[in-house]
Amino acid sequence: MTVKLPIYMDNHATTQVDPRVLDAMLPYLQGVFGNAASRNHSFGWAAREAVERGREQVADLLGASPKEIVFTSGATESDNLAILGGARFSQKKGKHIITTAIEHKAVLDSCHQLEKEGFEVTYLPVDDQGRVRIEDFQAAIRPDTVLASVMLANNEIGVIEPVAEIGAICREHGILFHIDAVQGLGRIPFSVQSVPCDMVSVSAHKMYGPKGVGALYVRRGRPRVRIEPIIHGGGHERGMRSGTLAVHQIVGLGMAAQVAKEELESGGVDRIRAMRDRMWARLQENLPELYLNGSWEQRLPNNLNISFAYVEGEAMMMAIKDVAVSSGSACTSASLEPSYVLRALGVDVELAHTSIRFGLGRFTTDAEVDYVIDLVTDKVRWLRDMSPLWEMVQEGIDIKSIEWAAH
Amino acid sequence: MAYSDKLLDHYENPRNMGSMDKNADDVGTGLVGAPACGDVMKLQLLINDDGIIEDAKFKTFGCGSAIASSSLVTEMVKGKSVEFAEQLENGAIAQELALPPVKIHCSVLAEDAIKAALADYRRKQAAKAAANQA
Repeated sequence: MTVKLPIYMDNHATTQVDPRVLDAMLPYLQGVFGNAASRNHSFGWAAREAVERGREQVADLLGASPKEIVFTSGATESDNLAILGGARFSQKKGKHIITTAIEHKAVLDSCHQLEKEGFEVTYLPVDDQGRVRIEDFQAAIRPDTVLASVMLANNEIGVIEPVAEIGAICREHGILFHIDAVQGLGRIPFSVQSVPCDMVSVSAHKMYGPKGVGALYVRRGRPRVRIEPIIHGGGHERGMRSGTLAVHQIVGLGMAAQVAKEELESGGVDRIRAMRDRMWARLQENLPELYLNGSWEQRLPNNLNISFAYVEGEAMMMAIKDVAVSSGSACTSASLEPSYVLRALGVDVELAHTSIRFGLGRFTTDAEVDYVIDLVTDKVRWLRDMSPLWEMVQEGIDIKSIEWAAH
Repeated sequence: MAYSDKLLDHYENPRNMGSMDKNADDVGTGLVGAPACGDVMKLQLLINDDGIIEDAKFKTFGCGSAIASSSLVTEMVKGKSVEFAEQLENGAIAQELALPPVKIHCSVLAEDAIKAALADYRRKQAAKAAANQA
């Protein structure tokens, strides 16, 4: 079977819009154009109906009530709203926040902003498997801790964090708990019914929906979660997020959420897991000295983050240029620093430079996986042949014993 | 990153990739860079008694620009005199490959590799001369 190039294996960066999502969206770009806030004519009613259906679909994926869903422009805004809005509202109670060193930049930079406003932030380390230790979390709690933010699953290594345990601890201490669930939703089961939490960030484009739309779940139970808005205006979304609702985008997010739930329940995700497992097994058969970054057991079913020792990541990406992946190598970033997530796991800088992230997805085929296994095998051998480090290792030289001149 | 055609060509079809006997008297070996920084370059020069670089070989761990820089530099010095190689500056490499600003250090590394290889060659020649006198 032939494959069509290029192959997309970067589904943690973004995903392709599912045709079912596109079909649902199109009427709202072609005829139904009303403003959902127009309450006195049929154009507005049609828009409002679509928005409320989208709200139900998102709520259904999360096990929430539609009244708990606030639409945003995407998960970056959701993270900002949860962290800035939650912390600012609660600051009379205290100004301490707990998060982790491996959160997405949208969370970390929101925390940095709060530090400028006088908050103190604890950035928890993770173990060598990429997981937060419950005892570390417990130990970080202070009388003035008002908010905690921990991701459901990491975007680089796909490691699943113990959010249920952390949520239970937060509830016990009356700490607002926010989960950035962007990478996990639709890939692993998640419900606000079983995970104690107050706010959850959702992104459409990470689950086969359109870019530019997301949501924040804000719990309404007792005590009710109160947050300060970060965008001000017409008081939409019960005052939490002003701005005319992007009806077609919300319809897309809603359908993406519905399909994501169906795919989880119908075994679509199991198919992805089987391909991922086969890929890792075959690569290990073909090549020595591969290192998996992060836990194997507690991992999203579509993720592989592998260090191909002695092969620099950017060179590897150029060698497999018909396959879209990403790397934790410094050479692929503007900052020339290797991935902060891999560093937080304690991965050697040397190995961090050689990491490649594969993110399989709903549209990945078996033939594509086979093609990628063969291509990667071939190119790693080629680049290792070219690598002076590989040559030294073959000669029995311990690379760590050499005094390298840093440059 | 958008790279020049010349750079891509050197990366995809590296010239003079390989190794020579690092213990041979007439082979100078330069090993520069560091694994922690993401690039290590090994450059070897086979130099005859007339001071002409008869052959050059490289092995590089590093990004595409590092590989292309080392490939290009072997081409630049092959058949040339030691004096020529000594005066080769990184700017010439960077310009030839149209390296983006964040990759200029790859060309610096290539220049360092030549200097290190020539220094190794001289060290061996001096040791050989000393041994002959003794």
